[in-house]
Amino acid sequence: MIAFIIRRLFASIGVLIAVGLIAFLLFRYVGDPVNQMVGIETPESERVALRQQLGLNDPAIVQALRFLGHAARLDFGISYQFKQPVSELIGARMPATLELAFVASILSLLAGIPMGVYTALHRKSALAKLFEALSLVGISLPTFLIGILLIYLFAVTLGWLPSFGRGDVVHIGSWWTTGLLTASGLKSIIMPAITLALFQMTLIMRLVRAEMLEVLRADYIRFARARGLSERKVHFRHALKNTLVPVITVVGLQLGSIVAFSIITETVFSWPGMGQLFLQSVQNVDIPIMAAYLLFIAFLFVVINLVVDLLYAAVDPRLRVAIHGA
Amino acid sequence: MSEISVELPKSEPASRSFLGRLKDSDLLASFLSSKVTVVAGALTLIFFLAAVFAPLIAPTNPFDPASNFLIDSLNPPRFVTGGDARFLLGTDDQGRDLWSAILYGLRVSLLIGVFGVLLGGAIGITLGLIAGYAGGRIDSIIMRIADVQLTFPAILIALLVDGVVQALLKGQNREQTAFGILVISIGLSFWVQYARTVRGSTLVEKNRDYVQAARLIGLSPARILMRHILPNVMGPVLVIATINLALAIITEATLSFLGVGLPPTQPSLGTLIRIGQNFLFSGEWWIVTFPSITLAALVLAVNLLGDWLRDALNPRLK
Repeated sequence: MIAFIIRRLFASIGVLIAVGLIAFLLFRYVGDPVNQMVGIETPESERVALRQQLGLNDPAIVQALRFLGHAARLDFGISYQFKQPVSELIGARMPATLELAFVASILSLLAGIPMGVYTALHRKSALAKLFEALSLVGISLPTFLIGILLIYLFAVTLGWLPSFGRGDVVHIGSWWTTGLLTASGLKSIIMPAITLALFQMTLIMRLVRAEMLEVLRADYIRFARARGLSERKVHFRHALKNTLVPVITVVGLQLGSIVAFSIITETVFSWPGMGQLFLQSVQNVDIPIMAAYLLFIAFLFVVINLVVDLLYAAVDPRLRVAIHGA
Repeated sequence: MSEISVELPKSEPASRSFLGRLKDSDLLASFLSSKVTVVAGALTLIFFLAAVFAPLIAPTNPFDPASNFLIDSLNPPRFVTGGDARFLLGTDDQGRDLWSAILYGLRVSLLIGVFGVLLGGAIGITLGLIAGYAGGRIDSIIMRIADVQLTFPAILIALLVDGVVQALLKGQNREQTAFGILVISIGLSFWVQYARTVRGSTLVEKNRDYVQAARLIGLSPARILMRHILPNVMGPVLVIATINLALAIITEATLSFLGVGLPPTQPSLGTLIRIGQNFLFSGEWWIVTFPSITLAALVLAVNLLGDWLRDALNPRLK
């Protein structure tokens, strides 16, 4: 078990270093950092001095190591566009994005699992057909179209929900802000969260359905029925429980892509999160923010992957045996 | 006698066997047996034809500033009160006929989608063939890169590539580079799936007798890969390509919607939706509605076609 964890840990660190090097290449060689920092009228001598001072004349390997060292201390330099430290910019916007991603994940689980179970148990019913049609639409419709549709319905036509922003936020601690404690904040998060959750919900529903159908055919389900257990018990105690392992994996892995996909949702709803910041940085070729965001997402993915692997081993006893045996 | 044995592994039998298998799998019959698939197929065909013949169908050229007049801006569709008979679906804020803009936008969206899929396919298939055939260190390097990239959502990769290519082409006219940038972004974000599938099939095929025979008569690895193995691994690739076409269209539309795709002067469907979104609150609903419906119908049709193709080519579902 410990050997397994250590191996996964090393693989994770390897991925992070690889992504870090890509981020460094972006940072250093796409566009000239000096040109971005000084005005057009800065004399050549000052540029040379700045170049020396920033260490841009050092060997590439030294620069790469320095970059990684700074990155490990969350120092990603100064944004070209905002002239502020990148870590401050990202930190200020992180709560908005993480909150949205969290609410969207919960939403997709709460809706997706029951829908999946239902469509698996009542395959022929009209409601199940409706769910499946909805899931196809959910996969086919681009996220931003769903967002626009919701805005048109609930903000323009009905006027029930705000179409942009986060509403009023409350500060918790020194840097975290939350919109979940105010009425306007809660109202504001409904539509973005649904937009973001819809794709994941579809995914979870399809997965739970497929896994349930698979598991329901297994011998131990037949055996449970033969033992005279109630259908309810068979379905939920035996079948659903066994479908949850792949569901945990997918939900976990999707958490990272929810954060990444929030770029689109945040743009549609003018949600003041990291995604919007990243998009602005792409539009303005603000390389330090792009590099930092890339590393942040990579870090998120690696951590989630690691946790999911460990959870896997904890949930499925067969894997534990296999790991011990190996 | 020895001459005959040398004649054996020619490339034609390999490609004919693929077409032959296609016919034997009752592809046509299974296509016609599902109404949804026929409708999706017809719809896809209509979209492609409309895109190809857009300059002939469209009443005006929306890319030509000289043929659009600001005085015509924000006209409602023809069938609504106050609509102008000249504009079937109304006009946008620059006086462009929306019907023409959608036709041209469809053309741009499909063109970028197809080229993006082709580029992604070319990269993925090549790397997959090499990884599967060479094995060893080359294989593990390529697949490691694929694994890492797979953990990032395609849209994020596309955005990053977009930003980087923009930075590298700085100073260039956005209108001239946007098309290429989009194709590169989409191609580089969608190659992994091809590579994995092709590698898997190549691993199986490379130990078959016909490959051994081709190797025995001294054909170069490149020739074996392209003329012998490739035709036999194309089935799954076609399925991926169809499903990826829908994804590529969504990605292009999303990038354009986010404002890093095609500029408003040569709008794709995504750009039109981006423009239309600004008029959602002022009551000009048609600018956002019609491009959205077109995009949704297009993606849905291609997706349904891909779903059918996947099931039809999957021997396990027979």
